[in-house]
Amino acid sequence: MSTLTRSSSIPYTGPAPTNRKPYVVADGTAMDSRGAEIIVTLGSPDWIVQEKGQDLPTLLVPRERILEILKQLKEDPALAFTMPLDCFGVDYPGRKREERFDVIYQLYSLSKNERVRLKVRTGAEQSIPSSYPIFKGLDWFEREVFDMFGVKFEGHPQLRRILCHEAFQGHPLRKDYDPAQRWILTEKDVAILTPEVDDEEEDSDHERVTLNLGPSHPATHGTLRIAVTLDGETIVGAETEIGYLHRCFEKMAETHTYQQVIPFTDRLNYMSAIINNVGYCMTVEKLLGIEAPPRAQHIRLMLSEFMRIADHLVCIGTNLVDMGALTNFWYLFQPREEIYGLVEACCGARLLPSYTRIGGLAVDVPENFLEMAQTLVNKLPQYINDVDKLVSRNKIFLDRVTGVGAISAEDAINYGFTGPCLRACGVPFDVRKASPYLGYETYDFDIPIAEGGDTLARYLVRMEEMRQSLRILQQAIDRGLPEGPVIVDDPYIAAPPKEKVYNEMESLIYHFKLIMHGIQPPVGETYFQVEGGNGELGFHIVSDGTKNPYRVRVRPPCFAIYQAFRQMIKGQSIADAVAALGSLNIIAGELDH
Amino acid sequence: MAIEKLDVENSIIQRKVGQPPGEQADKGLITLPGESARQLPNDLESSYMTTKLDSMVNWARSNSLWPLPFGTACCAIEFMSMVSSHYDISRFGYEVVRFSPRQADLIIVAGTIVDKMGPVLRKIYDQMPEPKYVIAMGACATSGGFYRVYHVMQGIDEIIPVDIWVPGCPPTPEGLMYGILKLKEKIERGEIRR
Repeated sequence: MSTLTRSSSIPYTGPAPTNRKPYVVADGTAMDSRGAEIIVTLGSPDWIVQEKGQDLPTLLVPRERILEILKQLKEDPALAFTMPLDCFGVDYPGRKREERFDVIYQLYSLSKNERVRLKVRTGAEQSIPSSYPIFKGLDWFEREVFDMFGVKFEGHPQLRRILCHEAFQGHPLRKDYDPAQRWILTEKDVAILTPEVDDEEEDSDHERVTLNLGPSHPATHGTLRIAVTLDGETIVGAETEIGYLHRCFEKMAETHTYQQVIPFTDRLNYMSAIINNVGYCMTVEKLLGIEAPPRAQHIRLMLSEFMRIADHLVCIGTNLVDMGALTNFWYLFQPREEIYGLVEACCGARLLPSYTRIGGLAVDVPENFLEMAQTLVNKLPQYINDVDKLVSRNKIFLDRVTGVGAISAEDAINYGFTGPCLRACGVPFDVRKASPYLGYETYDFDIPIAEGGDTLARYLVRMEEMRQSLRILQQAIDRGLPEGPVIVDDPYIAAPPKEKVYNEMESLIYHFKLIMHGIQPPVGETYFQVEGGNGELGFHIVSDGTKNPYRVRVRPPCFAIYQAFRQMIKGQSIADAVAALGSLNIIAGELDH
Repeated sequence: MAIEKLDVENSIIQRKVGQPPGEQADKGLITLPGESARQLPNDLESSYMTTKLDSMVNWARSNSLWPLPFGTACCAIEFMSMVSSHYDISRFGYEVVRFSPRQADLIIVAGTIVDKMGPVLRKIYDQMPEPKYVIAMGACATSGGFYRVYHVMQGIDEIIPVDIWVPGCPPTPEGLMYGILKLKEKIERGEIRR
């Protein structure tokens, strides 16, 4: 360990709340009655308390009972909450010691298309039973809660830090942790990974070798570290290490105002930045009880779909490069440049545009936006078909990907897979269909699924998804842009236009107030999800009424997907692991948030 | 450096005037004292030219850099744009991207370097053969960018020397190209940073 020491006992002295209105959920009563029904189905034990007025059915569970409730929620056919979506903590230092942290679980039921939120209160000295035996997908989420808050999970197979480095001291998301306090990692502290190996074949004649891939390895795209134990060419054990791009999004969000968080969201999944912007802004809008104007929503939808195409183009392109098919990379990067050209025409930035604002968009699109979009929509199928022709029936490609990195639908759900990786297992879950936003319910499009859950299936799903996105875009272009403003007319949320600020006293005051005091949403918490490039991208925001969010939790789809990787590559060769890794589309910015 | 007062009206500031070391000083062709006055024998007319070996080596080096992309984050995507068809860095001769540090002489640090990555970056830099050059691409590699926080290194010059800083978050591919061309000039001048 590093010899640096510093006690982090700075008391939390945040500003007093300035907006004391409670957050009122639009359909709060429906959620309350649904929550009551769930409690009845669970046998109405008296130790479950329902938290009313939330945007999801919310149950407060004592920490020693959480395991049986999770088990019941998963296995009861009337509930069937089979998919673990999220597990994270919130720190309330003002509470009693043993109730300081809220650990929040969110589960999803694929058959009923509904969600439930469980809250457990715990302290730093107490420990929660680990839910790993029930939901494998909560493995890393629990490690993250341990890393960030110091909450212990009893019975977790490997409770160690996940995002912060080995010499790190303290738990950064606690409110009393100084955001700028760094700890220096030196090479002697770096952990040596030893993959777990089933010892059945210990008596084989082969010598086993443990090989370290990454973090600087061309196939790991920079920031993933994998240690594999090899028996000849076969991987018999694998261990993954992440956190090489942990940029502390959640802590940064707490120290910035609501508007200032938007650029940080760009850098989560930087392949499809606008989808992140939209997801975050819509969460804050939900908290504020407002909706962006129709024109802004239409533009958000169109750019989201373009970004989804760009995301898939890069994913397929880099995946093929890793397998040696370099030509496709050049083919696929060209249309991506043209998509970025369109984004650049809208807001001036290419890759990370930060185009949306809370309540709408930063600026209106150029006049010929629809013509430019139409040109792109006409051009893109040609590029996709070219690659399709080159690759889809290519013998070498098919031999490399068929059956590689396969995962069953049941496992995928248990690990919390979402997005193309889940759909490649034959599960037709897409947030755009399950809980439509931005008016997706009015568009005619299909959700492609594939069988097998292997690298080929993921490739096929992504190719078809691009075509479906083009279908949505064509419909959106045909409908035309609605007239009107692109941002809400509310001086407490959006700054007045510049010419008014310069010429009218009142607008100047509003502008000043907005810059100095920020947006102050009502007190409460909310969750909102969008379909990101890799799956369900959700934001959970806790507001205490001040200009800074009390807690922003991002639900990164990659995080859930990547934890299954070490299981997926067992019994395969290194070359297969490389192919499988590329097809999962792990974006480090989102993975390590 | 000589200091003399320039005749600028109403100015009380003394302007410094440097003495140029020789003709084409910006290209590293520094004239030694007395050298410019020396007359070369005119035996062979213009059938040969003289230069310094260093200048020639630097010229060769500057035109065929083999970059190692140490890409960690968003900037790496823009690096990919720069090497791929639309921007095409091979026009300048820098397209031989090597992922092994032992075969590279330029490391482009593209993206945020967090404390966990620090020892890795240092090790890779140490493995590169001399002479080696470093480009810090983007705000994060330059100064930590807007991540002034508990796990992010505040600029890679905390652990390795940097030749060129490219601003932007992320820099455009054109911006990175400009950075590489600036490095080319620097190598031609024979400068190296330790």
